[in-house]
Amino acid sequence: MAQETVTFEVRRYRPEREEQPVWERFEVPVREEWMVLDALNHIKDHVDGSLSYRWSCRMGVCGSCGMTVNGDPVLTCATYVAALPRDRPVRVEPLAAFPVVRDLVVDIRDFLAKLKQVKPWLIRREEKSPAEGEYLQTPEELADYKQYSMCINCLLCYAACPIVPLEPEFVGPAAIALAQRYNLDSRDQGAAERMAALSTEHGVWACTFVGDCSVVCPKHVDPAGAIQRYKVSATADWFRSVLMPWRGR
Amino acid sequence: MSEPARANPRYTPYHPRWHRRRMPIFWWLGRLSYTRFITRELTSLAVAYTALFLLAALCALAYGEADWEAFLARLRHPGWVAFHVGVFLFLLFHTVTWLGLAPKALVLKVGRRRLPDAAVVAGHYAAWAAASALVLAFFLWRTG
Repeated sequence: MAQETVTFEVRRYRPEREEQPVWERFEVPVREEWMVLDALNHIKDHVDGSLSYRWSCRMGVCGSCGMTVNGDPVLTCATYVAALPRDRPVRVEPLAAFPVVRDLVVDIRDFLAKLKQVKPWLIRREEKSPAEGEYLQTPEELADYKQYSMCINCLLCYAACPIVPLEPEFVGPAAIALAQRYNLDSRDQGAAERMAALSTEHGVWACTFVGDCSVVCPKHVDPAGAIQRYKVSATADWFRSVLMPWRGR
Repeated sequence: MSEPARANPRYTPYHPRWHRRRMPIFWWLGRLSYTRFITRELTSLAVAYTALFLLAALCALAYGEADWEAFLARLRHPGWVAFHVGVFLFLLFHTVTWLGLAPKALVLKVGRRRLPDAAVVAGHYAAWAAASALVLAFFLWRTG
């Protein structure tokens, strides 16, 4: 099996040892099929067991292992070491835009609070009784929101967005995309409730459409598209409420 | 289990101490996509300038032939010509990037199928070409 020694530079932050993060070098014997996460696991298992980072499924589903590799936010379980340039060390840092707890582990509580604000669940004015049967949906109705339902909350989009650190109150790409996932669901009736969190200066209107959130998304959710679509529908709603005030939203 | 080495005197045991990174002022030079975004935003100044310029041209026209001729004479100065070539290039960049982004915001359906992004962009370019042709036809009709 082909093996090659690759230099990794990992951003370490051990608050009991240093006030500012430092770079630490590791020489890792990498196999051809290894992902960046495999290299980190090698470091933890054989070189320094104190290296801290999150991971779980190793197959791009759980969204835990998002980190910054060579400046780009990626899932480390889906990034081949072989695909990275060899002329310089592979640099691994925590996701940008989040406070660092330790080494490559970031604090995501702010995101979880924002996610809750947009009520990412089906809202019904009145629930049908089980006897009335399920809520049916056509394949076309499913296609309307399916793309947005693929989000795995990996937070790469937050790390790619320059507005998130500049405007800490910004609800952010993934939360808005998830809100749209429910707004566009034919079974949902909660769009008006979500509007309080979405159509504000900290909601969609904080987005300046850099578009990198969609570029880095490993699940092709296209949060930038979701935000722009919401801007259009919120504007149409506003015009409708001004021009036809007698009609409820 | 041994105590971890504590080289940081400001560390309080068992109390989290997050590291928060600051956004540098020149963050928009850090990635090509950020620089492209800032350029697109800045070119909107060229759009605003063009609107004001057209208003100024209309005012000069309204004040009479002498004012209009003086306005045109000023515009023939090489400095103004160079400036307006720059403004035109900025306008072109703004238009092309803006039209390229249109499908993100505009989701059109024909029957049950969503119109492909390329068709939305093509529609915008067609509208742009039609508007330009209309202006050109009017100009040729008036001067021809």
